[in-house]
Amino acid sequence: MEKKQEVLVIIPAYNEEKRIASVIRGVRDRVPQAEVVIVDDGSHDKTRWAAIEAGAKVLSHPINLGYGAALQTGYKFALDKGFESIVQMDGDGQHDPSFLPILLEGIQRREADYVIGSRFLKTGSAILAGEIYPAPFIRKLGMRFFATITSLIIRQKITDSTSGYQAMNHRVLEWVSSDQFPWDYPDADVIIMLHRAGFHIREVPVRMFPSENKKSMHSGWKPIYYIFKMFLSILVTLMRK
Amino acid sequence: MPIRNKVVALVVGLWMLFLIIELVRRRKLREEYSWLWLMTGSGILLLTLWFDLLKWMTHLVGAISPSSTIFLFAFLFLIFISLHFSVAISKLTDRNKELAQQYALLELEVQELKKRSLPPEEGVLPKK
Repeated sequence: MEKKQEVLVIIPAYNEEKRIASVIRGVRDRVPQAEVVIVDDGSHDKTRWAAIEAGAKVLSHPINLGYGAALQTGYKFALDKGFESIVQMDGDGQHDPSFLPILLEGIQRREADYVIGSRFLKTGSAILAGEIYPAPFIRKLGMRFFATITSLIIRQKITDSTSGYQAMNHRVLEWVSSDQFPWDYPDADVIIMLHRAGFHIREVPVRMFPSENKKSMHSGWKPIYYIFKMFLSILVTLMRK
Repeated sequence: MPIRNKVVALVVGLWMLFLIIELVRRRKLREEYSWLWLMTGSGILLLTLWFDLLKWMTHLVGAISPSSTIFLFAFLFLIFISLHFSVAISKLTDRNKELAQQYALLELEVQELKKRSLPPEEGVLPKK
């Protein structure tokens, strides 16, 4: 492991050649001191070269492994390089980079180990109110459902358990880099596992935009598998000591 | 057991054992995955040569005909071997992921090393 560095932004990307450069620029504008690493998850297009030309480091999977595995590759890189604070965000431009400093604040002040950016957390700012996030009713219902289950289990209000916009400290990084990490659709189950491992979790409001022209992770038969997997994962997590 | 049935069962059992051992010998089947099949072949031979054992097992499971007992155990075997392969595939999926991740990490490391050691005009961008 190399000497401790400050902030790493991990961005998993799959076929995002058109958007990845603007996402990297957005991160650099908001957090200039941060290192940016793109995890190209076996894209068929030129995502990798677009990211390199935009000045990011690129970890490139030779095959498509999925979102969770791409994230974990980024975690392993961060662990090896000794980063202190890590943010993960999507490569499709869905996550507004102006909220990066808010996500990092709790980590850097050592007030939380794991910070979730919630699109549904209501604050004084009307623009962040959950009602404006455009998503199909069924999907919103699913998000609320798993957020409620997570909240009940960890006895802490979680409004957006499916958010991929998150920050973590080095201790959490060690955990997510291990084989305990559920790399097949990591979501609400990760929050529960981290809570059970004794980490302090916090939610902050963020803005998310709808993803354009993209085949969602939650399309086709995947939602059915996702629900099944999440239930099973939560159940076995609760059964583990 | 009629002699014709006995001969067929013996031939099937012996052929199965021979096939499995031959596949292992040619390194087309790993020893790790051969034991279930070898046990099945041995089981067929054992029940053929010792029919009373099959009758006793039929009585034990509450079946009427010995052929029902054979079907029951064949079915259980298929379920068990499917489960065994699911476990093996899960393990392989994890290893596949680990390998691809290590590949990505090492490749970046190589690119970084090249960038440091080569003059900038030579370029170190990976091939498109």
